Amino acid sequence: MPTLFQQIQAGTLWDFHGGIHPPARKAQTSGKPLVQMPLPDRLYIPIRQHIGVAGRLIVSAGQRVLKGQPLTVADNSMAVPVHAPTSGTILKITEHTSAHPSALPETTVILAPDGKEEWRDRRPLNIATADRHSILERLQDSGIAGMGGAGFPTHLKAGMTQPVDYLIINAVECEPYISADDALMQEAPTTIVKGIDILCQLLSPKAVLIGIEADKPIAIAALKAACSQREHYYVREVPVKYPSGGEKQLIQLLTNKEVPAGRRPADIGIVMHNVATAFAVAQAVLDDHPLLSRIVTVTGETVLQPQNVLALVGTPVSALLDFCGFQSEPRQKVIMGGPMMGFTLPDLSVPIVKTTNCILAPSTTELPDAGPELDCIRCGQCADACPATLLPQQLLWYSKAKDTDKLKEYHLADCIECGACAYVCPSEIPLVQYYRVAKAEIREQQREALKAEQAKARFEARNARLEAEKQQRLARNQQLAATRQQAQPADSQDAVAAALARVKAQQDASAEKSREQILAERELRKQQALAYQAQKAQTNESAATQSDTKTPTAASDTATTQSAAAEADSKAAAIAAAEDPRKAAVAAALARAKAQRAAAEPLTPAATAETKPVSPADAEPAAMAPVSDDPRKAAVAAALARAKARQAAASAESSPEPTSSSAAETTTPVAEQPDARKAAVAAALARAKARKALSNGNGSQTE
Amino acid sequence: MTLLNALLALGVLSLLFGALLGYAAIRFKVESDPLVEQIDDILPQTQCGQCGYPGCRPYAEAIANGDDINKCPPGGEATIKKLAELLGVEAKPLNAAQEVAVKRVAFIREEECIGCTKCIQACPVDAILGASKQMHTVIADECTGCDLCVEPCPVDCIDMIPVTVTAERWKWDLNTIPVKLVE
Repeated sequence: MPTLFQQIQAGTLWDFHGGIHPPARKAQTSGKPLVQMPLPDRLYIPIRQHIGVAGRLIVSAGQRVLKGQPLTVADNSMAVPVHAPTSGTILKITEHTSAHPSALPETTVILAPDGKEEWRDRRPLNIATADRHSILERLQDSGIAGMGGAGFPTHLKAGMTQPVDYLIINAVECEPYISADDALMQEAPTTIVKGIDILCQLLSPKAVLIGIEADKPIAIAALKAACSQREHYYVREVPVKYPSGGEKQLIQLLTNKEVPAGRRPADIGIVMHNVATAFAVAQAVLDDHPLLSRIVTVTGETVLQPQNVLALVGTPVSALLDFCGFQSEPRQKVIMGGPMMGFTLPDLSVPIVKTTNCILAPSTTELPDAGPELDCIRCGQCADACPATLLPQQLLWYSKAKDTDKLKEYHLADCIECGACAYVCPSEIPLVQYYRVAKAEIREQQREALKAEQAKARFEARNARLEAEKQQRLARNQQLAATRQQAQPADSQDAVAAALARVKAQQDASAEKSREQILAERELRKQQALAYQAQKAQTNESAATQSDTKTPTAASDTATTQSAAAEADSKAAAIAAAEDPRKAAVAAALARAKAQRAAAEPLTPAATAETKPVSPADAEPAAMAPVSDDPRKAAVAAALARAKARQAAASAESSPEPTSSSAAETTTPVAEQPDARKAAVAAALARAKARKALSNGNGSQTE
Repeated sequence: MTLLNALLALGVLSLLFGALLGYAAIRFKVESDPLVEQIDDILPQTQCGQCGYPGCRPYAEAIANGDDINKCPPGGEATIKKLAELLGVEAKPLNAAQEVAVKRVAFIREEECIGCTKCIQACPVDAILGASKQMHTVIADECTGCDLCVEPCPVDCIDMIPVTVTAERWKWDLNTIPVKLVE
C-alpha cells in the first residue's frame, strides 16, 4: 500500500461528491492572444478590494501620483494598500458604486491618467538574500490579495507558520466562459513558476501541486515545460467538472483530504494560492511591480471581440466593454464573474477590482432569465449535485422558515455557494440566493448577540460604577457630618457626657484609695502586734523558754509575712499610683532583691535549723519548716520573718510609735544600718502607708 | 408476614429515595432563577426602557413573573419568537403602540453641543464621551440606539440616524438593488 505522498507523486487523482457539467463556452476567448487595454479616461480605485479592512488614505484630491504609488497604507495585518495603476492626477475621493452584489457605495479614489506611465522608484528584492519578513512585507505593500475571487490577503496565507505539506496552485478555472488564468498561463508560465518559487521559500512545502482542468492543453504544456527544472512541482490535469476549482474540492481531488467543517486548509497542512496570485507575487518581489492590473475575460454573445484583456485595476466596466465592441440589447444583463457565481451589475461604472476575472455580457438567448420559481418537488437532484454533500432541499426549507438552529444543524456554513444545486433544480428555485440571505441573517444575529453581550457588560459596569459612587458619596457625607459635630464648641450633650466621665473617674480613684487604706491599716495593725511581741520577747531573756514562747509568734509571723509578700506587688503599684513613683520603684526593687537573696540560700537555714537552735531568728524557720512543704517558700518565709523580727526590734528601740515617724527619717536608718536595710525599708513603707491611711482615712471605715 | 415484608421494603425504599432527593436538592441547589438569566440572554440589551422597565434585566424578571413577552421593540419578532419558545407560550405580535424601528444610533451635532453632560448621565451603556463644558460625542459602535439621550438634551442636538448598511452586513436583499437595465 503506497503512502499518500507516493500516490500523489504517482499522479493519482481522487474525486469529490456531486458536481455538474455545464457547457464551458471557453473557446470564444481561450485561443485568442492577450490584449493590453489602452488607458481609460478615468480610473475608479476602491480603497478596499479584498477581504479585510481598508488601508488608510494617504493621498488627497488634486495630488499627482506616479504609477505604482500607494494610495493607502496598511495599518494592520488585515489591510492591504491600493496603488495608482498609472501616473495621473487624483480628481476626487468619493463614494462610488462598489464591485459587490450589493452595489453599495464605497470610498473610491478617482484618478485621471496623464498617459505618461511615469513609474515611482522601483526596488526589486534579491530573492536569494531577502529574508522572509521583508518578502512578506513586500507582498503586503504590493497590495496582493487572493485573485481567485475571495481576495484574502496573500501575505497572511503565505506567512503562516504552521507546517505545510502541500502547496496547491489553483489553475483549474472551472467556471464556464472564464479563461483569464488560461491566458495568463499561456502568456507567462516562467513568471508564474518564479512566483511559486517565492511562495515555496516562504512556506517550504513537501510538494507543489498545480491543478489545471483538462480542457486547457496549451496552458498545461506551458506550465509543465516551465516546471521541468523543479523536482517537487507536479502539474496535475483534473477532469472537467464544476466546481473542481473550489478550494475544498480541489484539495479533495489532489490529495484525498477533506477540510473539516469550520476549519481552514492550513489546519490539515495545505495552502492554496491562485495561479494569478503566484504571478502577482513574482511581479511584486522580483520587479517591485505592485498589483496594478489583471487579466479579465470579456465575453458573451453581445461582445463583438470576446477576449482576454489585461486591464488596469479601476477600469470601469463600461470602458472595458466598449473596448471589446459591446453591442447591448434590450434587457441586457452584465455579469461580473462567471455565470455560476457572478453577480449582475446594477451599473456599468463599477470598476474592475483585484478579484474580477470575468465580465460577461450574454444575450438573452444565451443565458435566459430564470423562469418563475416553482415549489420544491423533493427530487433530490440538488443533493446529488452538491459538492459539499449537504442537503440543499432541507436547507431551502429551513431558510424559508428562518430556522437558524436547524440551518446550523444542516451545516449551512459549509455551503460554498457554487450554485450547482440551483443549476440542476427542475423547479428553477434560486437556492443559493436563499442560502445567502440565511447566511447573512445568521451573521447578523451573531453580530447582534455579540453586541448585546457588550451592551450588557457595559450596562452592568455602569450600574456598578454608579453604585460605588453612591456609596462613596454616602461615606463622605457621613465623614463630613462627623467632623462638623466635632468642630462645634461644647455642645450641651457633650458637656453632660464630660461631667459624667469626670464623676466616674473620681469614683474610680476613691475606690482605689479606699482599697489602699484598707491594706495600709491592716499592715499597721500587724506592725503594732509584732512590736508588742518583740518587746515581750526581749523582756524574757532566758534561751530555754524563748523557743517555747516564740513558736506561736513565729507561726503568726509567717502568716503575716506571707500575706505581706503576696500583697507586695499590689502595694507597690498602689503606692506608685498614689505617691512618688521613685519611691515605689525603690520598694519594688528591694522586694525583688529580697526574693532573690532568699532564693540563693534556700536550704542552709533548713539544714542548720535542727543542729543549731542558737539564735531566736534561726529557730523560727526550723519551727516553720514542717509547715510548708516547699523548701524555697519556707526559706523566703524564714528570711522575711527574720527581717521582720529585726525590724521590729529596731523600731521598738527608735520610737514607740512608728506611724508618727516621717518618710524622710526612714532613709537614715537604711544608711546607718546596711545589714538591717530590708527591715528598715519595709518599716518605712509601712509607715508611709499608715500615714497615708491616716491622712485621708477620715471618711472610710475599713473594719 | 409477606405483607409485613412488602410494607417494610416499600418503606425502606421510600426513605432511601426521599433521602436521595433531599440530598440532591441541597447538593444541586440553584442559586438564582435561571429563567430570568435565559430571558435576559434573549433580550437585545439595548437598555432602552421602551418596555416600561428600567433596563433589560428588570423586564426579564417581569416576564419571568408573567408579564407579556411582546413589549420589546428593539428585539422585534425574532425576540418574541425566541421568548415564546423558551416560555412555552404563544408568540404575540409586537405591541401595536410600539413599532419595529430601523436600527439607529445616536449622533450628536457637535457644533451645537453645549457640554451639559445630561446625555452622558442618561446613556445606559456609557456610550457617550465628553466632560462638563466640553463637546460630547457618541461612540457609535457602543450605542444601542435606545433614544434615552435624546430627551434630556436641552438644545436638541442629538439625532437618531439609521445605521448605514455596509457590504459585510448587507442581507442579500436583491430586490432592493436599483438594477438599471442597460438600454
